[in-house]
Amino acid sequence: MTQADRPSIRPGIRLQWEAVQNAYVLLYPEGMVKLNTSAAEILRRCDGMRSVDEIVADLESTFNRNGLQGEIEHFLQLARAQGWLSAAES
Amino acid sequence: MNAAVTTSPVVGPPLWLLLELTYRCPLQCVFCYNPIDFAKVEDELTTEEWIRVLREARALGSVQLGLSGGEPLMRDDVEAIADEAHRLGYYTNLITSGVGLTRERLSELKRVGLDHIQLSFQDSTREMNDFLSHTRTFELKKRCAEWIKEHGYPMVVNCVIHRLNIDHLDTIIDMAVRMGADYLELANTQYYSWAHLNREHLLPSREQLQKAEQTMQTWRERMKGKMKIFFVVPDYYEQRPKKCVNGWGTTLATIAPDGTAMPCHTARMLPGLSFPNVRARSMKEIWFDSDAFNRFRGQGWMKEPCASCEEREKDFGGCRCQAYLLAHDAAAADPVCSKSPHHRVVVSAVERAQETRVPEAPLVFRRPENSRSYS
Repeated sequence: MTQADRPSIRPGIRLQWEAVQNAYVLLYPEGMVKLNTSAAEILRRCDGMRSVDEIVADLESTFNRNGLQGEIEHFLQLARAQGWLSAAES
Repeated sequence: MNAAVTTSPVVGPPLWLLLELTYRCPLQCVFCYNPIDFAKVEDELTTEEWIRVLREARALGSVQLGLSGGEPLMRDDVEAIADEAHRLGYYTNLITSGVGLTRERLSELKRVGLDHIQLSFQDSTREMNDFLSHTRTFELKKRCAEWIKEHGYPMVVNCVIHRLNIDHLDTIIDMAVRMGADYLELANTQYYSWAHLNREHLLPSREQLQKAEQTMQTWRERMKGKMKIFFVVPDYYEQRPKKCVNGWGTTLATIAPDGTAMPCHTARMLPGLSFPNVRARSMKEIWFDSDAFNRFRGQGWMKEPCASCEEREKDFGGCRCQAYLLAHDAAAADPVCSKSPHHRVVVSAVERAQETRVPEAPLVFRRPENSRSYS
């Protein structure tokens, strides 16, 4: 995945807020992962419209922190390896 | 003297809800996990009753939904149930043999928001598939696979593996590849219900298993990144039991066709437990307060060797149904465990599986006549 890629959640996988678990979860065939806050905030922005660079900028401004790029890119690679994300090239 | 302290475990939500919509099934698979006496169950829940269950369970936090059976498509309201499930926010999995599926029904299921379909096969050739299910369904299943792909679903194929088909693993995997499967589940038979009755015919030999694992490894490497292959070995060959249903009453609630609520789909066989029915009680009462769901929660029920075992939190003593089937005590350690005083039962079944003779008892197909005569 490059900084210009626009990642999106793969078809058949759903990101959803679960009030009872007080967390976002990813749902996929016969399985579920409960996401921690940072994972959820990143995945919520993977809408196929925003590039990796834009996601980083958005998160840095929302949480008023700099230097998140490495951490976010690392998570996106991981999420892609898990089969949660596909990335359209821009 | 120490006061008896009962620490009740924190009960989480029933994240997984499995609805066995019907025990009716056109297939007659010899390894079916439905109860032997399934033919007694005739009074199926109505659409409205299933929908009430969906609402009540969703409010408790259920989110993964399995629509299973029998063959769920024997009912004509799967679409209505899937529709309501989607509106409530469930991730809905249809677990089907494909019998009863048409292009029209599939389009409707897609439209109402069904998330995923798991299609089962019995073997890779028409002859063996149709023999093992005792029906002519192989060609139909292949058509279903094409439709499922056509509708943009991930292709999830399941084939139950046992002594009679394990030597065909290579062609089974090849078939799944040619069908464009994204996931292939090759789960060895678990020995409950009909599979327990037919165990002498179904338990593979060690040599068969080793060959199968090699075949599976070769395909896993070849298909890396394209198809995921899951392979589950029969627990009789393990030294430690499985963490059955992730622990009794922790994650799964199964509702049988007549509304009987159980912590797992085979629990009905356990004596001395009275399972609540969704017709008489709410899902909330059933999950939190019923004796049946509380009976094997936590560790208070454990006997030795489980009670003092350092691995007790890892597997919760294994499966209660297997303990009952093999040790005649639902609170005993699962005899799969080498620490179980009944482990010998498993060892001797495995020893018999190394012999080449054909069992004397006939293979019993899952059909209503047999259900009545064997129960």
